[in-house]
Amino acid sequence: MARRYDSRTTIFSPEGRLYQVEYALEAISHAGTAIGILAKDGIVLAAERKVTSKLLEQDTSAEKLYILNDNMICAVAGMTADANILINYARQAAQRYLLTYNEDIPCEQLVRRLCDLKQGYTQHGGLRPFGVSFIYAGWDPQRQFQLYLSNPSGNYGGWKATSAGANNASAQSLLKQDYKEDCTLKEACAMAVKVLSKTMDSTKLSPEKIEFATVGQTKDGKIYHRLWSADEITALLKEHDLAKDDNTEDK
Amino acid sequence: MEDDSGHLNSLARACLVSLQAEAPVRVPRRRQFKLQLPCPAIGNDENRASQRNLKLARTTAYHPSLTKQSAKMEVLLGITGKDFTIIAASKAAMRGATILKASDDKTRSLNKHTLMAFSGEAGDTVQFAEYTQANAQLYSMRNGTDLSPSALANFVRGELATSLRSRKPYNVNLLLGGVDPITHKPSLYWLDYLASLAKVPYAAHGYAQYYCLSILDKHHHPDITLHQGIKLLNLCTDELKRRLPIDFKGMTVKAVTKDGIIDIEFDDDKVVKMA
Repeated sequence: MARRYDSRTTIFSPEGRLYQVEYALEAISHAGTAIGILAKDGIVLAAERKVTSKLLEQDTSAEKLYILNDNMICAVAGMTADANILINYARQAAQRYLLTYNEDIPCEQLVRRLCDLKQGYTQHGGLRPFGVSFIYAGWDPQRQFQLYLSNPSGNYGGWKATSAGANNASAQSLLKQDYKEDCTLKEACAMAVKVLSKTMDSTKLSPEKIEFATVGQTKDGKIYHRLWSADEITALLKEHDLAKDDNTEDK
Repeated sequence: MEDDSGHLNSLARACLVSLQAEAPVRVPRRRQFKLQLPCPAIGNDENRASQRNLKLARTTAYHPSLTKQSAKMEVLLGITGKDFTIIAASKAAMRGATILKASDDKTRSLNKHTLMAFSGEAGDTVQFAEYTQANAQLYSMRNGTDLSPSALANFVRGELATSLRSRKPYNVNLLLGGVDPITHKPSLYWLDYLASLAKVPYAAHGYAQYYCLSILDKHHHPDITLHQGIKLLNLCTDELKRRLPIDFKGMTVKAVTKDGIIDIEFDDDKVVKMA
């Protein structure tokens, strides 16, 4: 029965559902977990890497965290190839805004631009929707630090802490438990590794299994964003006693 | 930028007429037309001839750098202070040697805290200003926030730059003043039809530059209050009344503060004697 309604993205089923969009969401729930936490002085994004191998070049292959603009970064959950198309689109939109107004695009506007594109594929075209959810972290003068989550249907929302990908329901409830209003960026980083260690298969983490990024403000008020290096991640994991022992290596 | 025809004021024009009477001086076609004073009689043959001449000048000899003198006679002034930006524009709407209106408002508000004043070619000015205004309002409607004065200034600069490279560019000079809605910092931007953009503490356009910038250089201070700003504006307009060869019919004066755009009462009837 369902076969009649799920082959094309734009056709409603008798219950008023768009199956292709729901399948896209399902695909995302098998992808590596990504979480984002908003602190009073910054934002942290953390993501689980699915492809791990000793042979993989660590520095040159960011799988899940990308820079969109001077004021914004994002984490991806879902199909990386689809994400690349959208990230390229977002970067262009941000640069076009910079060219016309000589200032950075407000975060919500950039999120909306992407979501308008995603929405388009749920309504016309006869192509499959983008199979990605994004978690965006950014700063603008009007609303300061902001965290957004968007999904393949083109919906988006602002969050204090959120997650996407595999086990996102349990990650979400952990975040709900642990989240403190007005926490610092350092506390948020601690919370992020703690939640990740609980939602991932192995309790001990290693830098090749996770990616980490922060958006923050320097002492002189400038906004920075930073993708963490393997050494920095190791240091953070050691600090919270979640690092894997050097002598017990898998693969 | 200043070509010889641009400098020709009415006095010089009068001299040229008397000169012509004595010896035949070769005058470029366009200038020849300008020497014929507009003849109001409808159906007059001479008038028709001048209209034909105008058309000829437009299609064959038009160049954007030929800013009309009447446009340069228009006065635009801008002054920033501690927490405000004043924008003032002359009230005379001119066409050639004629004043058509003495209550013209050469300003448009782009949003709650940004005001633009314009001078230049008659139709172009209002068209361009209202186009900009519409775009600013569309942005506010779509995004639920207003563009900052700086973003607007850069947007307008881009539009002028595109226009400048088109077949028929807008001949518009602008002052854009505002107060940033977030930081509450006042700002003033000077733009001309060549799409130059400059952020300045005080500014003027047209012949008024020659008379007012020196006064503003001497008396302006970034921390002045609105009251002091208006006093400073009075110094400028007094000098203009003294020295500009035509009556610009007083000034429309508006100020942008963090609470929005306010109209300011300004005494236009004050008689200023030559020093």
